[in-house]
Amino acid sequence: MPENAANSLRDGQPVIRVVNLVKRFEGRAVLDGINLEVHKGQTLVIMGGSGCGKSTLLRQMIASIWPDEGHVEMFGQNLGELDDGELDKIRKRFGILFQSGALFNSMTVGDNVALPLREHSSLDGNTIEVMVRMKLELVGLRHAVDLMPSEISGGMKKRAGLARAMALDPEILFYDEPSAGLDPVTSAEIDQLMMDLTQKLGVASVVVTHEMDSAFRIADRMVMLDGGKVLKAGARSEFEAIRDASATGETTHDLIRQFLRGDSDGPITRRRLSSNYEEDILNAAAGKYS
Amino acid sequence: MTMSQAQRGWLERLGAKVLGGFRYVGGMSLMLGDTLRWTVLGLVSPRVRLGRRAIAEQLVRVGVRSLGIVVLVQLFIGVILALQMTPPLRDPWRQEAMIPNIIGEAGFRMLGPILTAVVITGFAGASIAAEIGTMVVAEEIEAMEAIALNPVRFLVVPRFWATFLAMILLSVVADLCIALGGHITALLVLGPTVYEGYWTRMQRQLDMLDFTTGLIQAGVFGTLISLIACYEGLKVRGGAEGVGRATTMTVVYSIVAIIIAACVFTVVFYVYKL
Repeated sequence: MPENAANSLRDGQPVIRVVNLVKRFEGRAVLDGINLEVHKGQTLVIMGGSGCGKSTLLRQMIASIWPDEGHVEMFGQNLGELDDGELDKIRKRFGILFQSGALFNSMTVGDNVALPLREHSSLDGNTIEVMVRMKLELVGLRHAVDLMPSEISGGMKKRAGLARAMALDPEILFYDEPSAGLDPVTSAEIDQLMMDLTQKLGVASVVVTHEMDSAFRIADRMVMLDGGKVLKAGARSEFEAIRDASATGETTHDLIRQFLRGDSDGPITRRRLSSNYEEDILNAAAGKYS
Repeated sequence: MTMSQAQRGWLERLGAKVLGGFRYVGGMSLMLGDTLRWTVLGLVSPRVRLGRRAIAEQLVRVGVRSLGIVVLVQLFIGVILALQMTPPLRDPWRQEAMIPNIIGEAGFRMLGPILTAVVITGFAGASIAAEIGTMVVAEEIEAMEAIALNPVRFLVVPRFWATFLAMILLSVVADLCIALGGHITALLVLGPTVYEGYWTRMQRQLDMLDFTTGLIQAGVFGTLISLIACYEGLKVRGGAEGVGRATTMTVVYSIVAIIIAACVFTVVFYVYKL
């Protein structure tokens, strides 16, 4: 564990805290007053429909974009108040798996994994070589060490991206759609790896996903976003209870239930259909022919 | 006096353009500052590797791969200059023997660097913008920042120095090719009045200052091309369409910047009699 990792946090203090976070694009609030916490050794799954701001929230947690209001704290430090050097120190303590893997295409798979070690550790070349092979073995890609990203499949790119994210033994791992586009076996393998990292090494994980099977497999806590707000946050068991319950007629409950079950009928569909369709058509026609 | 809606709209658009221009130049200046800072850090701090291998790779890509096209273009420029100059110098002045003097002066001081810069803009500038833009789209830059690696250090610094060095080296080649193009034309078309003593007259016309001012300009053009290409690449948004726009704007802005810089150099050289 990197220096100061343990003693920079008080007991029970979250490793990530998102406080009243607001993000607007062209005046429209994509995220509107988000609050959430992630603790050491915990996996938080963030869910929600397409365009609800999940990836935007993730990008603010990794300081890739900045909020318009509110802030993100990591290891007790407000990211917005850090200078570049301090931010880089924080960045060395977390890893991220991007949706596409985001491997550097000009380097081999092995070099991709070795890069953070070469730049941020004082290990010699041989040790780095051994560590790269160990990380690649964890994701089942030891044989691909000398291959270029263009020579491997999408799933392999994602696994190589995960090996790179783990290179510096991070305390937090972020995953953006880790299972998207993967076959069920590879997807289950990545889920298992994520659970191992959390349970055995105490890594905190934040996962953005649409895959409900995967979400229920890995989550300790879940958050559902809708319309830029947290619709519900709670333990996995609470979401399982909603998924398995009958519709109650209460909109929020039924909306979450429809999303979790992937039903074609429910509040989400009705909301979409009831959006003044006839009025829109009449207005468009009036504009065109006036 | 009140402004009409149309006048206000026009003024707002003009203001937005001016502000956009300032923002663009400001952004590039910050990137140049960052590039120089990382270069100095790379030279003085053992913990910051400058990536000499990356610079060498970029030098091959920018310099070596465009060598052939630079040679071809500049040879033809020498031919064109010689053929265009001959009629007005011959009739009625009978001064065609001055052709090597003119080719040397024009080629070494301005045409060599400026036309090389235009070739490099199309050949390497656009490709740098496309490469970095594609990396942005593929989330590679975001991944780089997420593992605490600075994109300016890893992407801009090698391309900046490679383009800078390639422009200077290629300008030397360009100068020689323009002169050679003129000589070949004299030999094959213009006759002994021009080709006899061609190299001696050119040598007498030129001094070291003509050569060095050309190289200084080449370095500045290389700086402009690399900065514009990297800046356009790094600010790509919107997928493949954004990459296409970045490559187009790199070529347009680079050529405009090169011409403006050349004009400024010419005025300075004229005023200070350099």
